[in-house]
Amino acid sequence: MRVVENRHIHALYSLLRLTPADGSKLPEMLPGQFVQVEIPDSSSTFLRRPISINFVDTTDNTLWLLIRNAGKGTARLIESPEGLIINLILPLGNSFSMPEQGQTGRLLLIGGGVGVAPMLQLGKVLKLAGFSPEFLLGARSKTDLLEVDMFEETGVVHISTDDGSFGEKGLVTQHSALADSSGIISKIYCCGPAPMMKAVASIARKRSIDCEVSLENMMACGLGACLCCVENTVKGNVCVCTEGPVFNINQLTWHD
Amino acid sequence: MARLSVNIGNLSLKNPVLTASGTFGYGEEFSDFIDLNRLGGFIVKGTTLNHREGNPYPRMAETPSGMLNAVGLQNKGVDYFIENIYPRLAAAYDSEIIVNVSGASVEDYVEVARRLSDLDRINAIEVNISCPNVKQGGMAFGTTTEGASQVTRAVREAFGKTLIVKLSPNVTSIVDIAKAVEAEGADSVSLINTMLGMAIDVERQRPMLSTITGGLSGPAVRPVAVRMVWQVAHAVSIPVIGLGGIMNGRDALEFILAGATAVQVGTANFINPCATVEIVEYIDDYCQRHGVDDIHQLIGLI
Repeated sequence: MRVVENRHIHALYSLLRLTPADGSKLPEMLPGQFVQVEIPDSSSTFLRRPISINFVDTTDNTLWLLIRNAGKGTARLIESPEGLIINLILPLGNSFSMPEQGQTGRLLLIGGGVGVAPMLQLGKVLKLAGFSPEFLLGARSKTDLLEVDMFEETGVVHISTDDGSFGEKGLVTQHSALADSSGIISKIYCCGPAPMMKAVASIARKRSIDCEVSLENMMACGLGACLCCVENTVKGNVCVCTEGPVFNINQLTWHD
Repeated sequence: MARLSVNIGNLSLKNPVLTASGTFGYGEEFSDFIDLNRLGGFIVKGTTLNHREGNPYPRMAETPSGMLNAVGLQNKGVDYFIENIYPRLAAAYDSEIIVNVSGASVEDYVEVARRLSDLDRINAIEVNISCPNVKQGGMAFGTTTEGASQVTRAVREAFGKTLIVKLSPNVTSIVDIAKAVEAEGADSVSLINTMLGMAIDVERQRPMLSTITGGLSGPAVRPVAVRMVWQVAHAVSIPVIGLGGIMNGRDALEFILAGATAVQVGTANFINPCATVEIVEYIDDYCQRHGVDDIHQLIGLI
């Protein structure tokens, strides 16, 4: 795939837009799936990096990857110059499940940090299917908020920042959009740091809300061969890359 | 086109490229990327008598030019393999299907080997006496000549087809172990399994792996592996299968020149799922460039 644009959002984040180098059409990709990215010309890294699909723009045949500088591999990726060819394996993993038609409650898509990435594609798909997604985005501070304009085009956006520099101050789990009084929530989709997902899962369990989370366990192959990225589930250890990355919380062995 | 076929015991491989156990699943995981029938064979993941959940997460750490793993032989047991996986593989592929066998006791190895010996399309097993990630995962057997002999002798009696024994590099003299298993009737030795290693997250002041130590693989171990293959190939008369950090055709040829009759591709599959087939093509091209019409002209040139 060729890098069409590298939008430096700020020091820590880049939005890479890629298109197939041979001009072919991108395959169908479902919300929640991911890609395995080879780090170009990197002698200090060895493995590919799994990255969530942020958005698939069918109008210009581009795949969007939202990348946070989390180490040597991603640091290399956010420096990618336009025109660079990067080797990707895609799409991988399962996907978020669509809500039942005719459901009446709210659909809340919760993303924390770079975990907002898959929520954009999911929100776009939900909107296209006639649903009204609502986003709850969490970040450390105002400068860590990502793609807010894109989310606002797609649905109602609630924001919380740890320092209160934008939206409500505190964690997403303290946000009024998630309060009991905020109306019936029929489904929560969540991606973010593990403590955040566990806290959201705990609320969902207590209120019997159907909840799916997207896990970020460290991977080697992404193909179900190495058995490194396993998560303990009610079925035992399963590969997050092939059985996930999306799990319904009732499949996980997270406990309060 | 050069003649690339080689024999390992009674196996006739169409070319010397195999996959390393634990890096290639059951092969099917790679069927979207390559035609498995272009490989000499594939070695499916470590199989034990009973179901094993493996070690807790985290099981993997990236290291310079390699990775550590501590999977711990997660698998559903030999009967699950025989009933659910084997029929599919046997129907779909004509490349050799080799099962890697692990056990916590000699009796375990023997029982798994015995159950596999009834399967028409399983013409060989690879006995793993070298897994570093399980307390009784075989490395205890593989680090002494007595232990290696004991397992080999018992499995040899139970399994009449081709028997490959996979050796650990975590020993003082791999040559002594290789000679010991040869003396007990092994048809071939494969080496090396991973090297015992460790990595620490300095900021968190915690080991990177749940098991603290794990097995190092990838190009970081290749020079050690090439050296061991060269030493063992000069010391035994059974064919040696070389593995350890082979990423491409050049690397594979290094092992062949050092004395390996066949090679296994492991960690490379995680980065390039097409690596195995690319290696077959490279070897063929190399033979043409060097005027070699049979791969045997290259084996053990050094």
